[in-house]
Amino acid sequence: MARMKFLCDAERCIECNACVTACKNENEVPWGVNRRRVVTLNDGVPGEKSISVACMHCTDAPCAAVCPVDCFYTTDDGIVLHDKDLCIGCGYCFYACPFGAPQYPQQEAFGVRGKMDKCTFCAGGPDADNSDAEYTKYGANRVAEGKLPACAEMCSTKALLAGDGDMVADIYRERVMRRAGRPQTWGWDKAYGAGV
Amino acid sequence: MKDQDHAKARSRRIHRRIMLWSLLLIGLGAMVAPLTGYLFVEIAGAQSFEEVNPRSETTWRDVREGNGGVTTIQGNETGVLIQNGGENYRQLRNGPVASIMPWVMGAALVAIALVFFIGGRHKLDHAPSGRVVPRWKLWERVLHWTTATLFIVLSITGLSLLFGRAVMIPVFGPEGFAAYASGAMMTHNYVGPFFTICVGIMALAWAWHNIPNKTDLEWFKAGGGFIKGKHPSAGRMNGGEKVWFWFIVFVGGAVCVTGVVLDFPIWGQTRETMQQAQLVHAVAAILWISLFFGHAYIGTLGTEGAIDGMTTGYTSVEWAKQHHDLWYEEVKDQEIDADEIGLTKGVAVNRDSGAPTSG
Repeated sequence: MARMKFLCDAERCIECNACVTACKNENEVPWGVNRRRVVTLNDGVPGEKSISVACMHCTDAPCAAVCPVDCFYTTDDGIVLHDKDLCIGCGYCFYACPFGAPQYPQQEAFGVRGKMDKCTFCAGGPDADNSDAEYTKYGANRVAEGKLPACAEMCSTKALLAGDGDMVADIYRERVMRRAGRPQTWGWDKAYGAGV
Repeated sequence: MKDQDHAKARSRRIHRRIMLWSLLLIGLGAMVAPLTGYLFVEIAGAQSFEEVNPRSETTWRDVREGNGGVTTIQGNETGVLIQNGGENYRQLRNGPVASIMPWVMGAALVAIALVFFIGGRHKLDHAPSGRVVPRWKLWERVLHWTTATLFIVLSITGLSLLFGRAVMIPVFGPEGFAAYASGAMMTHNYVGPFFTICVGIMALAWAWHNIPNKTDLEWFKAGGGFIKGKHPSAGRMNGGEKVWFWFIVFVGGAVCVTGVVLDFPIWGQTRETMQQAQLVHAVAAILWISLFFGHAYIGTLGTEGAIDGMTTGYTSVEWAKQHHDLWYEEVKDQEIDADEIGLTKGVAVNRDSGAPTSG
């Protein structure tokens, strides 16, 4: 059984934001919601690094742990999804998430937020695969079609890797060996626990 | 001559005092001075820590510590890659807050049950004569019951959001609970600010009744009327009521302030602020609910005749004398017959049911 993971190779990411655009396009994400974002560290100085970040689909997901209506679930592929029919838009998952993944279509007085939206690893939601209902609520379900997330498939430098954790790790290990650098499995210890 | 002697004696005394203090100062200085070495080491150590090890990669350490970068995505804290506070929030909320606080509420209920079954109700010593004194004005009663109603609504909806997942989902199912929780959250969010205003007015309106004084100390020393047969003196508000009032002002105030912070995520609050606000909100609110159980018991079932003041606005003279003797002395000129003002409810009216008891 695959265990889906994201890995962003900071040595390769050129901050082109194509992943952000691809995600918005593929999933018809509502205005103001960005399921993925690119953050540049030490911008403009030597040694600057860019990272594309979205929901990391954590092993022991904090969002799921604090959800008052228990609307999160983890698929057999290790993808963390949520049910928008149950979500009440309380914002707790956003407070608990280390990566700032949960997003809300609104952010208004009296805590009006609308239903939470986040990266689905292009795996849709609990509705029937590739149904209209699923597409409207969660966006594309590429995983059901045997494809990988649009962001990673679009990545021009192949910095953003998505797929089975073992395969992603193998590709990355090979790269690190070739370039004689130090591995920077960014966010992995946070998302998937120590020793991965 | 005498004056001169006096002056001499005084100057001698002053000299001796200066000498004594100088000696003390020198002694103290002699002990402290060598310790400055530690201070030097401390400062030097702190400085060397700030030097960066050229062989270490600091970028990822910065990220891990929650320092941000630059991003094109607009919004609050979008440049932060990892926010660590969330996991503390999760551990504290799902851990101590969710597992210890219900026991606090439970302990309050058990304590009340013990008081009720062992101590028994606090009955009036003398049968009500039908004479009454005014205690709470109409606007005060309206304020009290509005706040009380909103408090109960907020308590039920708030507790549902914290414990509903464990307690109510097994009963209603995920869909049923989500539908209820959605309504509960909206009610909680819209009612909260109005409740906060009510609490604020109450705090301002009643603060002058609740300034602690010596009578309260005596009241507490005498067991606050919980010990049978003893009736410690009290003014308009007794020591217990004052504790409840100031508890609301400070702990309740914390609940209200954090609630407003959480309710309006439009002022650029960081996630850390929200995490901390929510933990304070939950803990303080449950403490408030626990003490509220006591307030509700004493005000209704626990003390015969106590509820009248808040429902009819008048209390029987017998109740006033028994529980607030000092206050009764102040208002006894306003004493009036219950029939005269058309009272139809309360202990003072039901003279037969309020017969004296052995307790």
